[in-house]
Parts: sequence; structure tokens; C-alpha cells
Amino acid sequence: MAEFQINERVDITDVVCPTTFVKAKVALEELDEGEILSIRMNDGEPVQNVPRSIKEEGHKILKLIDNEDGTYDLIVQKVGE
Amino acid sequence: MAVDYATLKKGGFMRQKQKNNFSLRLRVVGGNLTAKQLAKIAEVADTFGDGHVHLTSRQSVEIPFVKLEDIDKVKAALAEGGVEPGVCGPRVRTVTACQGEAVCPSGCIDTYALAKELDERYFAKELPHKFKFGITGCQNNCLKAEENDLGIKGGIKVNWKQENCIACGVCVKACRSGALTLQDGKITLDESKCNFCGRCCKSCPTEAWEETHGYIVSFGGLFGNSIAKGEPIIPFIEDHDKLMEICDAALTYFAENANAGERFRSCLERTGFDKFREKIEEVYHG
Repeated sequence: MAEFQINERVDITDVVCPTTFVKAKVALEELDEGEILSIRMNDGEPVQNVPRSIKEEGHKILKLIDNEDGTYDLIVQKVGE
Repeated sequence: MAVDYATLKKGGFMRQKQKNNFSLRLRVVGGNLTAKQLAKIAEVADTFGDGHVHLTSRQSVEIPFVKLEDIDKVKAALAEGGVEPGVCGPRVRTVTACQGEAVCPSGCIDTYALAKELDERYFAKELPHKFKFGITGCQNNCLKAEENDLGIKGGIKVNWKQENCIACGVCVKACRSGALTLQDGKITLDESKCNFCGRCCKSCPTEAWEETHGYIVSFGGLFGNSIAKGEPIIPFIEDHDKLMEICDAALTYFAENANAGERFRSCLERTGFDKFREKIEEVYHG
């Protein structure tokens, strides 16, 4: 996906709810405003719930990419410090 | 003096195993009490009960071990803290509710406002048997709407707004009923699969859904000696006033058709669910 300049990546496929969101949130905290994080997550509950939690935190979701291997990459732009 | 147990029960005083002791049920709406009410309840339980309260299965509070001779004093003391006795017996019971959209991120309707409205409209209304209302804010169904005589569940009817959509695909995965597909940058909604859960619009990063909040109403639930799931008639009710008319119609049907001591479910089964369905559809379309 050349359309996004990914600054950082985090893999949350090795944890389960609620740690999925916590791990993604911690990774976002490391970034500066406007930077873009790619979050790799599993199909099922993570992909159903994590995007909404990220939205509720106020960040900007740009795309959800199906890796076609049972995982998805959620592309998020950090909003706020 | 003979004790009028029926009147006591109507006023929320439940006879205990222990002679002359009553467990006083309080009027609680939608599971909410103020700190001031709680403080008064604590004081009354200490002074007139045995220092404990019981949380009932339907979000009320009972003060056990209240003595018959103290009833008037107990009522007066509770009134100082804005607390009233509740009801038992053949009438409209405590209206229960989850936290709903005022507090819960998943909520689709303001359950507490609706619970207060129903309580004001029907509190202690006399009927052939008990009648329970339960209100849950969304499809998570924390309040178990379908176990009530009349259950109300919040939902959101959605319409895709192409102009706001960035085709990110989040909603397609957020939908648990497989109602959404994304192809060539366009979302298609299969209305036959949509259960109004609202997960698509709640997860959407660009507010690309037009939302209509409304109610899914089920009738005839039971969860006691017999267990039965309440059934909906109208798939989705958008209009608040229409909802009230439907609640009125259900209570009127129950009052006019049920035998004394017959629950709503049994009444519907005996008189025919289709007859009731016709009434409700008439009100809805009328």
C-alpha cells in the first residue's frame, strides 16, 4: 500500500482482548501527532472491536487491509499529543 | 386487628418467613439511585431493619426485617430521602434498564429516560397478573429484554452515505451478521441480515452512516416457573410516540383478555398470538 507512509508497525496478534487494545494504544503513544501506525491484528474479535476503540480514542483510521492470511492491518493516523 | 397483607404487598411490603417481619421493596427505576437515596436507605436499614439490604434480581432494593408496627415510621423516614416503597403483586413492576447511551459506548437509546417515562406512565397499574418491562440499550442485551413481559431493545437503522465513505472496510468487519459487503469502493447493506446493532456506524471513522435510533419490542417473555422468550412483532419502531401507543395497547390487551393470575405469555397463547399481532399491527400502522 504505497498510499500511506507508515512510520511504525505493531503486531497485536500475539495477545487477546483487552490487551490487544492496550498494546495498540501504547504503540500510538510512542508516535508524534500526524504519524501513521500500522496495527496487525487477527480476524474475529480483534478486527471487530479494536478499530472502534481506536476511533473512540480520537485517532483517525485510514484503512483496513485484509492480508488474506487471517490477519488485518489497520492503518491509523495519530491525533493529539 | 387483622393484617391486610394484600395492601401491604401492594405497598412493597413482602411478608417474611419470620412472623411480623417484612422485607420492604423500594421503588427503583432503571437501576439508578442517587447517593442521597442510598444514604437514607442505609440509615433506615440500620434503624428499622437488621442493618442489611437485599438487591433483588430486578434492580430493586429490599430492606428486610422491618416490623409491622414500624411501617408508617419507615415510610416517613424514607420519604425524607426521596425514597418510596415499590410494588409487588398483580401490577406493573419495576421498570429495569441497563445504563444505555447516556453512559455506555454501546448504547443506542437513552434507556434510563425511557424507564422513567414508563414508570411514570404505568407505575403500580393494576393488571390480572404481574407485568414486567425491561429496557436494554443494544444487541449486547445486558438487560435481557426478551425475558420480560414487554422488552425494549435499542437499535440503529443505518443508511450508507457514500460522500463521507473512505472505503476503509472497518464496518464490514465490525458487522457480526454479515450484512455488509465492500466492492469497488461501494458498501452494500443486506437489510434482511441487519439486526440494527449499530456496530457499523459506531466503528466508522468518517461518520459515513445516516443513523435512525429506534426500538425493537418483544412480547410475552417469561423467566420463572416457565421459561419463554419474548417475540417481536414489528421489526423496528422508529417513533417514540408509536412505541408508547404500542405499550399502551399491550397493557390494554392484557387487562381485557387475561384471566386473573394469568401471565401475559399464557394469555397470548390461549387467545392466540395472531390476534394480538393484529392489534399491534393495527396500532403501528394506524
